[in-house]
Amino acid sequence: MNSNTQGRIYNVSASPHLHDSTNVKNVMWNVVLALMPALIVGIYFFGFRALALTIYSILAAVITEAIILFLRKKPIVINDGSAIVTGILVAFNIHAGVPWWIPVVGSVFAIAIGKHTFGGLGNNLMNPALLGRAFLVASWPTHMTSAWVSTKLGSINGMVINNANNISSQITSATPLAVAKTLRNDIFIQSLGENGQSQANDIFQYLTDFPSLMNMFFGNIGGCIGEVSAIALLIGALFLLIKHIIEWRIPFFYLATVFVLTYIFGGLNGQFPASINVPIFHLLSGGLMLGAFFMATDMVTSPVSKRGRIIFAIGCGILTVVIRLVGGYPEGVSYSILIMNLFVPLIDRFSIPKAFGEVK
Amino acid sequence: MALKTFFGGVHPKDYKSFSKDSKLEHSPLPAKVIISLSQHIGGLASPIIKVGDTVKTGQKIAEPSGFVSIPMHSSISGKVKAIERFTHPSGAVVTGIEIESDGKDEWIDLIDEKDFISLPPDEMKNRIAEAGICGMGGAGFPTHVKISPPKDTKIDTVILNGVECEPYLTADYRIMLEKPEEILNGLKILMKVVGATNGVIGIEENKPDAIKIMSDIVKNEPNIRVQGLKLKYPQGAEKQLIYASTGRKVPNKGGLPSAVNVVVNNVATAIAVYNAVRYKKPLIERVVTITGSIVKKPSNLICRIGTCFSELLSHCEGTSEPIAKVISGGPMMGFAINSIEVPVTKTSSGMILLNDKEAIADREHTCLRCGRCVDVCPLNLMPSFIASAVKYEDLQMAEKSGVMDCMKCGSCAYVCPAHIKLIQWIDIGKNKITALRRANQK
Repeated sequence: MNSNTQGRIYNVSASPHLHDSTNVKNVMWNVVLALMPALIVGIYFFGFRALALTIYSILAAVITEAIILFLRKKPIVINDGSAIVTGILVAFNIHAGVPWWIPVVGSVFAIAIGKHTFGGLGNNLMNPALLGRAFLVASWPTHMTSAWVSTKLGSINGMVINNANNISSQITSATPLAVAKTLRNDIFIQSLGENGQSQANDIFQYLTDFPSLMNMFFGNIGGCIGEVSAIALLIGALFLLIKHIIEWRIPFFYLATVFVLTYIFGGLNGQFPASINVPIFHLLSGGLMLGAFFMATDMVTSPVSKRGRIIFAIGCGILTVVIRLVGGYPEGVSYSILIMNLFVPLIDRFSIPKAFGEVK
Repeated sequence: MALKTFFGGVHPKDYKSFSKDSKLEHSPLPAKVIISLSQHIGGLASPIIKVGDTVKTGQKIAEPSGFVSIPMHSSISGKVKAIERFTHPSGAVVTGIEIESDGKDEWIDLIDEKDFISLPPDEMKNRIAEAGICGMGGAGFPTHVKISPPKDTKIDTVILNGVECEPYLTADYRIMLEKPEEILNGLKILMKVVGATNGVIGIEENKPDAIKIMSDIVKNEPNIRVQGLKLKYPQGAEKQLIYASTGRKVPNKGGLPSAVNVVVNNVATAIAVYNAVRYKKPLIERVVTITGSIVKKPSNLICRIGTCFSELLSHCEGTSEPIAKVISGGPMMGFAINSIEVPVTKTSSGMILLNDKEAIADREHTCLRCGRCVDVCPLNLMPSFIASAVKYEDLQMAEKSGVMDCMKCGSCAYVCPAHIKLIQWIDIGKNKITALRRANQK
């Protein structure tokens, strides 16, 4: 034995020997933290029922995750926070008037079918929480779209009751987007009588007016638990952007696409609305903020390259606007993200970045 | 002066404070040295002495085995004790020559060519080749090869790399502070050899005093400038440095800096070049940073090539805590070695000692597809795709994703939240593809 094999043997590993402080666990827990402002606003407007539903949803997600990891003989890493994120997002996508078992079924479906049938965290093709929501909407449409809870401040759809012309009482739709959808319905307009169209225009005008937009910005509108408050979602999103957990391209291009398209086609009959308030109304309404910052940015189900992310985000934006303006549903965020999720492998394939100094 | 940079990259903490204020210091003459026959890229040098021979300091003991190879010289005077296989700081086991010191340090005859700058370029190049100089920044490409570009290529710029973007290391920083004239002379020689009209010295902004000293020294040199660079890893990577300081992009798929009329050399290499051309002094010593939070006296030591790291560490008064991991080179691209009984080579820029807490050992998680590796890759590759292609043995896909272009800077693995050993996978892929290509050639 020569001298250089003597002495203590130290640990070896491949380079690099430094690592920044991130790991899967703190990425997930930071997302949980970023969702808290929206949850707090949800509880403020919809009461403790909102909190209870969120807790049911989280518990269902975590327990399902643990059971399936156990059955798959994998380490039970429920403290990595990923199931908690899914649980919260499922709850954020339902309104506070549903029975307790709705979020539970949604979360179980999200984790068991949406995530683990594909191989667990990192392998799922579609956003599990959105898949859970889609399952709920398809299975219990009445629960999911009726019995909306009005916010504590008394405004169910962003319109103050007994406004001018006393027309809002005729509109039973619970969310601003649903109101906008109703106003495009010919049968509804005929039911308003002779000057139906001008009344509809008035309502639409009121809906996109500054006070309504402010209600939407702060979350004083009907909607799902986590989607109503744009400001709360933006605070959380800003935190994630600063922490480099989400990247600006997806939310920016998603929102920009929706803005541009609704500015061009957002009028009541698909015409140019002539008011900047209309695209702003579309940005603030429904699940767009939640979807753009927290669902479309889900790293597992979005493209890897920068160019791919832009393509993905623009696709989400186009689908959302198409569903909102001409589709059958008032809101299209969740379906457009799910559809675009399916295109991610294809987008990844065709958006490989050009290598530095690329030569053919 | 506007700071320049490249795209991608990461911002690790620089950890340079341990050793940055320790002045260059000669380590004591070692009792023995091990001169590895592979301290560079290219063919193994072949010994021209035998066991029992007496050698002087600076005497040539191994001949290059071809054009892309370098000679080796004894770094002490004494007796050749063994020619056998020793552990190399890269972890590989390579043939080396062990020399036992007679304690006298008797040198071969050196010259002093005061008017060295008037020597013909070919003579300069000969002296550089004879001195056994290779790139001292880490890769170890033979310098005389680097400065012999293809005939039809005109080199207009020589860039000296004083970036030292690897955390912890301060060897290049100290020589810029303490030996600026030698660096400048080395640069002038290199410029003359390749016929370049411009010289650039690239230094990162976290070394303002080095920028100042080097700027002062080139004040009266109209063709030479100091380029300040933003603090970002891997700013010192050859392609990134060229892009930041000249705006030129070296082509991928094996393109060399000469393709964009540039040659890059490390500042330490420039000093070796100066010593070779002026004094005919072979490369037998270099500056090594011995550092880490647990090293009692972190130092920048001028030591003879072949000195054992363990001797250098004892000169630094050892460690205050048990050592968990030893890195030869920088923490981003260096090699973890299992023993400190390995010799310093021409490319050893440092030894970093980590304690239990600093030696990270995390479980690999499944890829989250977060794309951070893609965001930071300075070569615009998709590291996660390469890693999974290698993992599932799809070498074609790995090659298509650019595995051979990767310079293994480690930025991707540094940021990966799933702690995937991307560089390890990429290395496996590179080796498998190289082996395949060799097999196909046969």
